[in-house]
Amino acid sequence: MKFSYFPGCTLKNKAKDLDMYARKSAEALGVCLEEIENWQCCGGVFTTSRDEVATKLSSVRALKDAGSKGQGLVSVCSACHNVIKQTNHAMQTDKEFADKVNRYMAEDTDYNGETAVYHYLEMLRDVVGYDALKEKVTNPLKGKKIAAYYGCLLLRPGTVMGMDDPENPTIMEDFIKAIGATPVVYANRNECCGGYIAMESPELAKKRSNAIVDNAKAQGADMIITACPLCKYNLIKNGADIPVVYFTELLAEALGIKEEVNE
Amino acid sequence: MQRIGVFVCWCGSNIAGTVDVKAVAQALKLEPGVVFSTDYQYMCSQAGQNMIIDAVKEHNLTGIVVCSCSPRMHEATFRKTAAAAGLNPYMVEIANIREQCSWVHKEMPIGTEKAIILGKAAVAKVNLNTPLTPGESPVTKRALVIGGGIAGIQTALDIADAGFPVDIVETKPTIGGKMAQLDKTFPTLDCAACILTPKMVDVAQHDKIRIFSYSEVTEVKGFVGNFDVTIKKKARFVDETKCTGCGDCVDKCPMKKNPNEFNMGMDNRSAIYIPFAQAVPKVATIDAGACTMLKKGKCGLCSKVCGAGAIDYTQKDQFIEEKYGAIVVATGFNPISMDKFDEYAYSQSKDVITSLEFERLTNAAGPTQGKLLRPSDGKHPHKIVFVQCVGSRCASCAEKGKEYCSKICCMYTAKHAMLTRDKYPDTEVYVFYIDVRTPGKNFDEFYRRAVEEYGVNYIKGMVGKITPEGDVLKVQASDLISNKQLHIDADLVVLAAAIEPDKSARPLATMLTASMDTNDFFTEAHPKLRPVESPTAGVFLSGACQGPKDIPETVSQAGAAASKVIGLLCKDKLTGNPCVASSNEMMCNGCSSCERVCPYGAITYTDKEFRMPDRTTQVRRVASVNPAVCQGCGCCTVACPSGAMDLRGFANNQIMAEVDAICK
Repeated sequence: MKFSYFPGCTLKNKAKDLDMYARKSAEALGVCLEEIENWQCCGGVFTTSRDEVATKLSSVRALKDAGSKGQGLVSVCSACHNVIKQTNHAMQTDKEFADKVNRYMAEDTDYNGETAVYHYLEMLRDVVGYDALKEKVTNPLKGKKIAAYYGCLLLRPGTVMGMDDPENPTIMEDFIKAIGATPVVYANRNECCGGYIAMESPELAKKRSNAIVDNAKAQGADMIITACPLCKYNLIKNGADIPVVYFTELLAEALGIKEEVNE
Repeated sequence: MQRIGVFVCWCGSNIAGTVDVKAVAQALKLEPGVVFSTDYQYMCSQAGQNMIIDAVKEHNLTGIVVCSCSPRMHEATFRKTAAAAGLNPYMVEIANIREQCSWVHKEMPIGTEKAIILGKAAVAKVNLNTPLTPGESPVTKRALVIGGGIAGIQTALDIADAGFPVDIVETKPTIGGKMAQLDKTFPTLDCAACILTPKMVDVAQHDKIRIFSYSEVTEVKGFVGNFDVTIKKKARFVDETKCTGCGDCVDKCPMKKNPNEFNMGMDNRSAIYIPFAQAVPKVATIDAGACTMLKKGKCGLCSKVCGAGAIDYTQKDQFIEEKYGAIVVATGFNPISMDKFDEYAYSQSKDVITSLEFERLTNAAGPTQGKLLRPSDGKHPHKIVFVQCVGSRCASCAEKGKEYCSKICCMYTAKHAMLTRDKYPDTEVYVFYIDVRTPGKNFDEFYRRAVEEYGVNYIKGMVGKITPEGDVLKVQASDLISNKQLHIDADLVVLAAAIEPDKSARPLATMLTASMDTNDFFTEAHPKLRPVESPTAGVFLSGACQGPKDIPETVSQAGAAASKVIGLLCKDKLTGNPCVASSNEMMCNGCSSCERVCPYGAITYTDKEFRMPDRTTQVRRVASVNPAVCQGCGCCTVACPSGAMDLRGFANNQIMAEVDAICK
């Protein structure tokens, strides 16, 4: 199984561990992640100004590159995945937008959203399969009560992302079960951590982040996992007193390759 | 050669608006066998029918083609007309030029061309028609009612009162169904038990009614008037004929920690139990999964204390076979699971409950003796939020919930809100709704009373999220009218869960070959004109198995189903459908293909002696069709590789003649 891989800027800096654990774990699961050459920043946020083309071009280039190799495109950062998936959807469904992008790029072939886009979790669930993953786990994380934190970007908008029910998701809980731990369901798992408001109004971000951690703890969690670097930053920065880690770290741990990655 | 008359109907402007009926009559006059062709405004009217009768006599017609509406509408009418004119009723063919032609086309030339083609096909078929005579079958004068809720109870009582024996099969240990779990009933607020339990007693005491409780239907064979049904009486390990319902065993049973289904799991019952005080039959049942005697062979206390000697640990499931003339489905409904709606935190907090759980919490026979107390800490809630449409009208989330309106929730939520305010005026009550739908006699007045007299806060908008925090439930919602986000700290949240058909309905429908819609509600024979009959002859529908219904509606439908059953059971003989399959034994090669595809079990194989041309005899295995069981579906005629199987009235050569006429 071979996929094109879009790491994104944060995974090359602050979130190196999210990236490393993701790659090594994929390898262990027999999935080859081929990093796209010369990828550029996803644009950060899928802007709401629909006539803005420039910020979406890097996503389109990455999608086109993967498509030209006949591969699906995998990303792991919630924000990158959100931008790429939404851009791909716009290329499929918004003809005016797609025409504009294709004219701007002026390449030999047009792109109309043909590439399949996967979040790493979707790849685990739908391509590898949670049952197959379970069999490859050598170090099941028994007894660990883990709260999955989805944030806003991973699942929304629900019809475009098409990953899971945004109000009552199970993809991460099922992942937690697959690696042998116990998922803790809590209400605020898909609430916003505060996101970029941390720059303007740190107090508000703190309130939001604390509501998430407190709710997870009240339901008995002793650890939180996430796929989003910004979520992790906000939760930790605002004083989370239980560990907040990337889901890929636990995946590597369960597959027994965590030490190997750190060497 | 047939002498065929063609009668083209205008159906007012329904057909004549898009089809040139005179041109159709003209064109069909030229078809082989046609000796007479005409058109008329309303063929189905008395004048139209007389026109057909006169033409048959005047022109010595042997076959009739009526170009009109769907045969579902008036085939029977015109067959009667033919019979009145002295023709065999099966010499009539209908060309559907309304539903399948004039109603779907807009332009006259296209509609006319198609009507002519459809008419030609019917003429081609009628040229090959042969007179058919239906057989007769006897009627077993006994009815089966599947489900012992209020729907089944009412149907059974009405049939039995007309003098016919009725059996009720109920999967639970007692009849009563959902209504027995309710506290008060809208809009009059009389107590559910007070009006239901007398009916349950009537059932128990009726000499024409037998109750098979803790039982299931496992097999249905046969056809209208003659169903052969197998009923599994599950082992309850108590002899029903000896048990007096005294309850001594229940008191003594040491295994007391089993979730009590009757109270929606909000308290516990013992391993041997009687669901509730007014249960019918009032007989104990042992839960085999919870009883240590049955699991490990240790205990036996109930047997020791039972004065009647009714306990029988060796009891086995028992299979009873019985014949019925009619079957009434009354399998009812259940609230949907809240698993997929955890944004309302049902799995995260004990204080988020469903409306049926709320009924038990306010019921004097419930886990709190009718005091409204929070399940988590037993405290009185001071702020209650009701959320309507949880899983109902879920058009955008069909994989989570149901697209339909569950119909009863607006009224019972108004009832809950009103009763809460009445009993506990210090409680603040909020109801979140999409729309309030309260049509029905005295229903809207009831809802208005909740708002105006009882001060219930109705807020148009949905709840987005419920977060349990400490001992409050943080409710986040939107008020669509004032366009505001609301944050309410509630003590108790009540979810009006959508209702869905009972899970037993789907396998039962397969057994009965009765059709269902995509939501697993049973389909009625006609949505307006035959609402209590299933399209399968002899199978009738009562209550919520056919669609969401409140009690008044269920009871009226139950009575209607009973009257249909009585109408059937009054007959001594039923006229069958002559359009059934038959096998040409000379051509049959005994391959069993037809037997395998027959959904009704109408085909059997027998060894028969045949005289060969050389005067020897040969024994061959050949198919034979039971015409009383055959429904004329035609599967076997398609499956038969040697062309031995044919359907009367829809013979292979007739169908081919129609196709030829259309393609010519």
